[in-house]
Amino acid sequence: MSQKEPLFSEKNIKLFTDPFNHSNPVTVLVLGICSALAVTVKLQPAIVMGLSVTIVTGFASCIISMLRNTIPNRIRIIVQLVVVASLVILVDQILKAYVYDVSKQLSVFVGLIITNCIIMGRIEAFALGNKPLPSLIDGLGNGAAYGMILVIVAFFRELLGSGTLLGFRIVPESFYVKAGGFYENNGMMVLPPAALILLGIIIWVHRSINKKLVEK
Amino acid sequence: MKILRRFLDKIKPSFEKGGKLSKFHSTFEGFESFLFVPKTVTASGCHIRDSVDLKRTMSVVVLALVPCMLFGMWNVGYQHFLSAGDTSQTLFSTFLFGFLKVLPIIVVSYAVGLGIEFAFAQVRGHEINEGFLVTGMIIPLIMPVEIPLWMVALATAFAVIIGKEIFGGTGMNIWNPALLARAFVFFSYPTHISGDKVWIADGYSGATPLSNAPAGLSDLPAVSDMFFGLIPGSIGETSKVAILLGAALLIFTGTGSWKIMFSGIAGALAVGYLFNAVGGGNSYMSIPPYYHLLMGGLAFGLVFMATDPVSSAQTETGKWIYGFLTGALVVVIRVFNPAYPEGAMLVILLMNTFAPLIDHYVVAANIRRRRNRVAYRAKQNKEIPSN
Repeated sequence: MSQKEPLFSEKNIKLFTDPFNHSNPVTVLVLGICSALAVTVKLQPAIVMGLSVTIVTGFASCIISMLRNTIPNRIRIIVQLVVVASLVILVDQILKAYVYDVSKQLSVFVGLIITNCIIMGRIEAFALGNKPLPSLIDGLGNGAAYGMILVIVAFFRELLGSGTLLGFRIVPESFYVKAGGFYENNGMMVLPPAALILLGIIIWVHRSINKKLVEK
Repeated sequence: MKILRRFLDKIKPSFEKGGKLSKFHSTFEGFESFLFVPKTVTASGCHIRDSVDLKRTMSVVVLALVPCMLFGMWNVGYQHFLSAGDTSQTLFSTFLFGFLKVLPIIVVSYAVGLGIEFAFAQVRGHEINEGFLVTGMIIPLIMPVEIPLWMVALATAFAVIIGKEIFGGTGMNIWNPALLARAFVFFSYPTHISGDKVWIADGYSGATPLSNAPAGLSDLPAVSDMFFGLIPGSIGETSKVAILLGAALLIFTGTGSWKIMFSGIAGALAVGYLFNAVGGGNSYMSIPPYYHLLMGGLAFGLVFMATDPVSSAQTETGKWIYGFLTGALVVVIRVFNPAYPEGAMLVILLMNTFAPLIDHYVVAANIRRRRNRVAYRAKQNKEIPSN
């Protein structure tokens, strides 16, 4: 391997785009569901959460991949956790410093990124056997694909449950029953089950578009 | 009828395979078998041949619901004029008022539900299932009269798509679709299905017995009023007389399981008496147990929704357990959780979820018992020759 592989080689692009389609961590592998239910009531926390997970997954994969030849196999989970936990603490501190309100909304779920199955999954399945650069791309791709699903779910939950998007009012005040209209926010959308139902619908749509995913 | 038959026979070829309109085969088939008993019969395998097919079974349930619906319409008018203090109304004008209030809900429920059913059957190339005939009738009967029509449409769409079609349509659903529609409204738009503003038409307030019950016996209407149904409540659930008529028809035709109905009543009474005996803590606990059968949707739910042959327990022993737990849990939720005055809806959905588990253990117990019997016989037979 004397020849240097270009950054945007076909293989690397595929590493990044696959998670958005037929190996999506949420809709196909069904990982990271817990936080998808918890942080998607509003769009803003969902975006922040998606970004945080993208950064943590990308860098954790990259770092573990650099260390992969020196980590003793028996204690690899502990080493992985140390790396992931340090990154999560970094992200948490940055969020607290710059977007304190969102950080309060996300509360424990930032800390719980440590236990996000996607991160451990990518480290175990990919980073331990690949070079740092592909691992970084793979981690970023999976994190971003997770964030994408979060944003889709949060978009519908905030629009239908609160009538707003990113805090801006979309459904006019005059539509509401209070103001003499007929409309009413859907209270179920604010409850966690709605996220589960929406996720189910996204999986349904995804599988009808991509027929390869349908089991025989 | 003959003209209709001849017309159908004439247009039939164009809907068959290769015909001009073969795409709409399932829609045509749906209408044809709705109007006439289909000619096709099962030819192979061991089946019980009966002229009563699924559509006819559903018709029996719809027929059983008619007394509840008619009484419900009249009661809507009666409650309205009672609140308005208008005593000059005749039986007919009272009924007409309620009829005009309830009819739009029924129309919306059927139009939305059947529209979705037809669309799904069309896309999947299936025949149209007739399960919605009953669901579409029950949905209006378990809604408050003041429910906005677009909520009925949304709830019906939710129930049919999420509750039924994604599981594979009629006969594959885990939960009772009609109750799912009500649960959807209950959790999405709680102000439109609870409280005291929604049960009487045109803005009068009147609490249902259920929401008065936590305060104790003194706030409840007379037993006879609750029995005959002269109380505010969801459209079809108030009159126990109408429900009993429906129950009689269901039991007589064998469409609904009497085991579920009776064990449900037994469960509610047993827990009611238990609470009476324990007493204290909560004045709800000390009301006479039979009140629970007369208040709210327990009776309606037990007769028409807990007995749903698809989502209830299938084994005979399982039906006893399923019914008993339904009745018992309704009383428990009512008494201990004031946030959910109508326990019947949630309990039936919960028991629907557990019905397969109940069946599983009933079947497992049966297998174990028979295996033990075989083993016992085998042992005895071995001992006999040694004599």
